[in-house]
Amino acid sequence: MIKLVDVDKYFGSLHVLKNYNLTVGEGEKLVIIGPSGSGKSTAIRCINGLEEPTSGHVYINNEELTHKNHIELVRRHCSMVFQQFNLYPHMSVLRNITLALTKLQKKTKAEADEIAYTYLDLVGLREKADSYPAMLSGGQQQRVAIARALATQRKILLFDEPTSALDPEMVQEVLDVMIKLSEQSITMVVVTHEMGFARQVADRIVFMDDGVIVEEGTPDAFFSNPTNERTRLFLSKILR
Amino acid sequence: MTGNGPFAWWRWQRLFSDFSLILGGFGRTLLVAALALLLALVLGTILGLFSASHSKILHAITRIYVEIFQNTPLVIQIFFYYNALPYAGVVLSSFMIGILGVGVYHGAYVAEVIRAGIGSIPGGQMEAARSQGFTNFQAMVYIILPQTIKIILPPLTNLAVNLIKNTSILAIIAGGDLMYHANSWASNGTLSYGPAYVVAGVLYFILCFPLAVWARRYENKLKNREFVTAETVELISEVIEC
Repeated sequence: MIKLVDVDKYFGSLHVLKNYNLTVGEGEKLVIIGPSGSGKSTAIRCINGLEEPTSGHVYINNEELTHKNHIELVRRHCSMVFQQFNLYPHMSVLRNITLALTKLQKKTKAEADEIAYTYLDLVGLREKADSYPAMLSGGQQQRVAIARALATQRKILLFDEPTSALDPEMVQEVLDVMIKLSEQSITMVVVTHEMGFARQVADRIVFMDDGVIVEEGTPDAFFSNPTNERTRLFLSKILR
Repeated sequence: MTGNGPFAWWRWQRLFSDFSLILGGFGRTLLVAALALLLALVLGTILGLFSASHSKILHAITRIYVEIFQNTPLVIQIFFYYNALPYAGVVLSSFMIGILGVGVYHGAYVAEVIRAGIGSIPGGQMEAARSQGFTNFQAMVYIILPQTIKIILPPLTNLAVNLIKNTSILAIIAGGDLMYHANSWASNGTLSYGPAYVVAGVLYFILCFPLAVWARRYENKLKNREFVTAETVELISEVIEC
């Protein structure tokens, strides 16, 4: 479903992704972990065209992502949830969710509202439909952002450190929503530092360091028996 | 009362008996200012979007435009349209020159205001929009520009006030505007410049002052609330209508 083939990415002279290869199957829940600066966010951002690889190829459903078609492909297949939520502050919660539905998918306002309420129910925020983002807590904003990403009903959901900007007591409410999502058939690619979540939800875990994939495997194998020294070192620091 | 000072009473009486002339000029000034402002907003928004795009060519076009029109006197630009363009076969009425000249000149300033406004919106907004499948243009229209209103309103108002005052430059090409009529009424008759200029000044003030007050009120209102969707739409149309 998603394929990154021989992807190199430079920011100026900084080599962020080094001959990077990744395949994500349909419906797979993939968790990417690794120290900051390892290129995990860049990798996930290459999947929806927010970053263009310096060289190499990105395929979505066997279609290559290019400068020309990335908007079209993203529109059909991908949604993203950001670390900083990135809700539109000048719009109500409801409008945040329905904007893409009415403007891009040409749904009527009534249809769009109905879909929005369905996903607001899923994240438990129906009563906040008329609130504005600034009136919500961080955890609530992120749950709205997830509802917004889901509402376009695309098959691939990308999460770029969705809980890293949250106060500790709000992390779980967002993770709970993501765990609920993982029972559905959508493909999820999640960059996170939440190891408990990774263990519970991931079909496969990828550990990145310094622009390459160092190790990958099922959560059981990965956490109980990491083979690479760098993985062990990272896990020993993050799991106490 | 019967003296010959610059503000002698009989001068005021003469002025008010010819007041329809001044009002006609006032109407012309109003019309030129409104149309020039509309032109400046449209041009400035397009150029502001150009400078926020990723195209080097569009950047260059905007830079050249802005630098030329900001760094040469409006008088030269107006004289150019009035005296030089006819030799290229382009003869514009002084009314048209008013709209074009003042509009194009202030468009350069609007462009800079819009550019700064767009630059002040966090990059995450554009990323969120693009991740949803909006094109850059759609993202600007639905997501970025509405958020800039709060920031650009005060400078845009100053700009509108300046634009109204700058329409008085039409007096030097017989533009039929308020300043022209005030000045020519005085110089062709009783040389009552004092009352003529005071009354013209008051009329310009009547146009500019409420605008500044109105904008300040809106700015405060918007500052107190983040949520403005419907109001923003209203506001944009009101700004355009000014």
